[in-house]
Amino acid sequence: MQFMLLFSRQGKLRLQKWYVPLSDKEKKKITRELVQTVLARKPKMCSFLEWRDLKIVYKRYASLYFCCAIEDQDNELITLEIIHRYVELLDKYFGSVCELDIIFNFEKAYFILDEFLLGGEVQETSKKNVLKAIEQADLLQEVRYFPRCVTPFSF
Amino acid sequence: MVVPSLKLQDLIEEIRGARTQAQEREVIQKECAHIRASFRDGDPMLRHRQLAKLLYVHMLGYPAHFGQMECLKLIASSRFTDKRVGYLGAMLLLDERHDAHLLITNSIKNDLSQGIQPVQGLALCTLSTMGSAEMCRDLATEVEKLLLQPSPYVRKKAILTAVHMIRKVPELSNIFLPPCAKLLHERHHGILLGTITLITELCERSPEALRHFRKVIPQLAQILQTLVTTGYSTEHSISGVSDPFLQVQILRLLRILGRNHEESSETMNDLLAQVATNTDTSRNAGNAVLFETVLTIMDIRSAAGLRVLAVNILGRFLHNSDRNIRYVALMSLLRLVQSDHSAVQRHRPTVVECLQENDASLSRRALELSLALVNGSNVQAMMQELQAFLKSCPPDLRADCASGILLAAERFAPTKRWHIDTILHVLITAGSHVRDDAVANLTQLTGGQELHAYSVHRLYNALAEDISQQPLVQVAAWCIGEYGDLLLEGNFKETEPLQVEEEEVLALLEKVLQSHMSLPATRGYALTALMKLSTRLCGDNNRIRQVVSIYRSCLDMELQQRAVEYDTLFQKYNHMRAAILEKMPLVDRGGPQVDEEAKESKEAAQLSEAAPVPKESQASQLLDLLDLLDGASGNAQHPPLLDPSPGGALVHLPDLPCPPPPAPIPDLKVFEREGVRLNLSFIRPPENPPLLLIIVTATNSSENDVTHFICQAAVPKSLQLQLQAPSGNTVPARGGLPITQLFRILNPNKATLRLKLRLTYNHFGQLVQEIFEVNNLPVESWQ
Repeated sequence: MQFMLLFSRQGKLRLQKWYVPLSDKEKKKITRELVQTVLARKPKMCSFLEWRDLKIVYKRYASLYFCCAIEDQDNELITLEIIHRYVELLDKYFGSVCELDIIFNFEKAYFILDEFLLGGEVQETSKKNVLKAIEQADLLQEVRYFPRCVTPFSF
Repeated sequence: MVVPSLKLQDLIEEIRGARTQAQEREVIQKECAHIRASFRDGDPMLRHRQLAKLLYVHMLGYPAHFGQMECLKLIASSRFTDKRVGYLGAMLLLDERHDAHLLITNSIKNDLSQGIQPVQGLALCTLSTMGSAEMCRDLATEVEKLLLQPSPYVRKKAILTAVHMIRKVPELSNIFLPPCAKLLHERHHGILLGTITLITELCERSPEALRHFRKVIPQLAQILQTLVTTGYSTEHSISGVSDPFLQVQILRLLRILGRNHEESSETMNDLLAQVATNTDTSRNAGNAVLFETVLTIMDIRSAAGLRVLAVNILGRFLHNSDRNIRYVALMSLLRLVQSDHSAVQRHRPTVVECLQENDASLSRRALELSLALVNGSNVQAMMQELQAFLKSCPPDLRADCASGILLAAERFAPTKRWHIDTILHVLITAGSHVRDDAVANLTQLTGGQELHAYSVHRLYNALAEDISQQPLVQVAAWCIGEYGDLLLEGNFKETEPLQVEEEEVLALLEKVLQSHMSLPATRGYALTALMKLSTRLCGDNNRIRQVVSIYRSCLDMELQQRAVEYDTLFQKYNHMRAAILEKMPLVDRGGPQVDEEAKESKEAAQLSEAAPVPKESQASQLLDLLDLLDGASGNAQHPPLLDPSPGGALVHLPDLPCPPPPAPIPDLKVFEREGVRLNLSFIRPPENPPLLLIIVTATNSSENDVTHFICQAAVPKSLQLQLQAPSGNTVPARGGLPITQLFRILNPNKATLRLKLRLTYNHFGQLVQEIFEVNNLPVESWQ
């Protein structure tokens, strides 16, 4: 995966994860153009489109568009599953997630994504393990100092 | 005055409360000032909160570069909260373009070696997201150590970090190859998935690695088989399919290992058949696995029966109610249509049904595929469908559909009459979307007298109904001019006998001339047609003479000139008029021989004897023509269009007269890097000694596409250089269609030729820039 963008129906960016090095200017340009392109799609159209030399896979969940850019040899259908899995994780974590949760807790959205994907590839296919990792990390934030030995994660 | 620092959520609340853009900017600027001050001398315990706010503001599009150093400080802190936000900031604000990014290398190194897993996780995540080549080199050994640590949590991340590192620094493959074999024995899905991704990356980059890993095929098969036959496991299943992510990744690796390798492919046949038949396809997860299986079957040297099974699966996909699945099916069938034509033909009816899709991207694919499926036996049925589609299709598809129909008609027309009917129909339905050369093609129709009469009748009727579609009008005008006498005979058997009066014909042409919808070119056709009629019709020529003389003062230069010339024909050269305006002899189709092109491209090795083309304007036209073929058949794979062989010239066109070829100048390979090659071919047209044509060909034998390819050149001041537009900017991987570009160099003084080239392109995700002077230019290119 080259990048993932989350944006609202009004085109406001809610999350941007880039797995390729691009300048800020280029990122902004790509975001702007892609958001426009996706928002222009009618509801009955399929979730895939070709844009520049990339394949774009997008899906709308309530008021948020989840949009991924994948390479030519990547499987579009499994990318849909990736998006869906991420939404499920958010849902489990926030309890019936909505756009506002992602707006007000954007760092958490990033942390969750970073436990699911790494360097643009899937790192963990068990929902349970991802959520446990986040839970443990959240707990660690509560303590003021690191305990001398942290119980190793068993997952 | 000490203002208590806003909490993140309060800031977000405030920003969202702003009514206007200006208000929002104000709030943010105020807050950024606070944040800056706080970074300078605020409470370090609250630094993470300040950075979080800054990151939010950054996402809205505001500048946040002053936070970069703070990221470093937070990462270096010992509090987990600080590190978490600090690393997130690094991933969002720092990248390899900023010099600052190297400074976190040390922190990452420390964090990786401290043994605190969540921290190691953060460090690995950051490294794999924004790690530059230098960082990767520095930290490779640290990551390698973590590959075999006990905890799966860290190991799975280390493996994927290794993948990133290899992408950035391919030489690191040497370090990360050895552990793979052992890692494959793990049972943890995350580790397995990462390992397979790592092996895939290694194999894509090095043929030795590919050979090495072929021996793990049995192991991979075992894992995949277990997944497919195991029952439902809550942890990793999606809709009854066990860990589809892992299955898809294994299938992809098998594809790479089995490609072009008979032995390996054979061992996979059974397994692939098993996966194809056992996977539950009621939901997307199953279909994703099935799709990957199909892709693998088609790409390796699989058994014939298996290939048919794969195509049938795609055919089934076409009936699926989920339009995403229909889309991938159409895309894949399009890629297969050349190699497995008969198998795909079986699904033709379904493909044609897909033309009716509401979704434009689907109907476009269906159109491309339909056009590719037209052959001699189904052409009439297909044409009916396609013409029906032409009437109702969205405007942006009209041009492609029209060209496609015309090309198919040209290749497969059963009778000339059917061909004419088809072209007429296209012109009437979608005339304004037809490409310019359709007019030329139509006017070259060969055939006996019967067909001329038929054609001119039909065209006349069509024109009488509608004079707005320019290509139709042009062709009709030409025909009426040429065959006007046949039109007036009126006793043609096959259409209803139509009594056409001379006056009507003249009136119609005049209407075309005067209409504001007619383009200047169209007017030219009409005027010339009128002139020709002056010799074909029996009546008085006064009307024609009148019209012609009116146009003597037309503002359009071309029309004015013609009118004056024609008028002169009436007056001074009346005796020659009949001879000059005689009917044209039947033209033999000497233009692009479509079937011959197809044959020639299959014999790629035989293209070396082509004669040099006298005018290079032919060159760009030829490339255009070949593009026309590409566009119509929608074929994704092409043999190289130009063969850079000695004497390197363009595709052999049998009809072009040419002078005896001079001794060919040998080609020169000027550049090679990671499978990307640049080749120069030289042509010195004998009738223009100062002119040197260089054809630059860029080919790509690597596993990764080359994109955004730009080639620029410079020559010494005494020479003149002209670059023509390249054929494209992308060279697909594994010997995909090369980019060609023509340089024209004028060297009247026979000065020593020196050539400096500058290449920029994207390859393996990196920007490549090369500037070099070409050495060893052959002497014959300038002497």
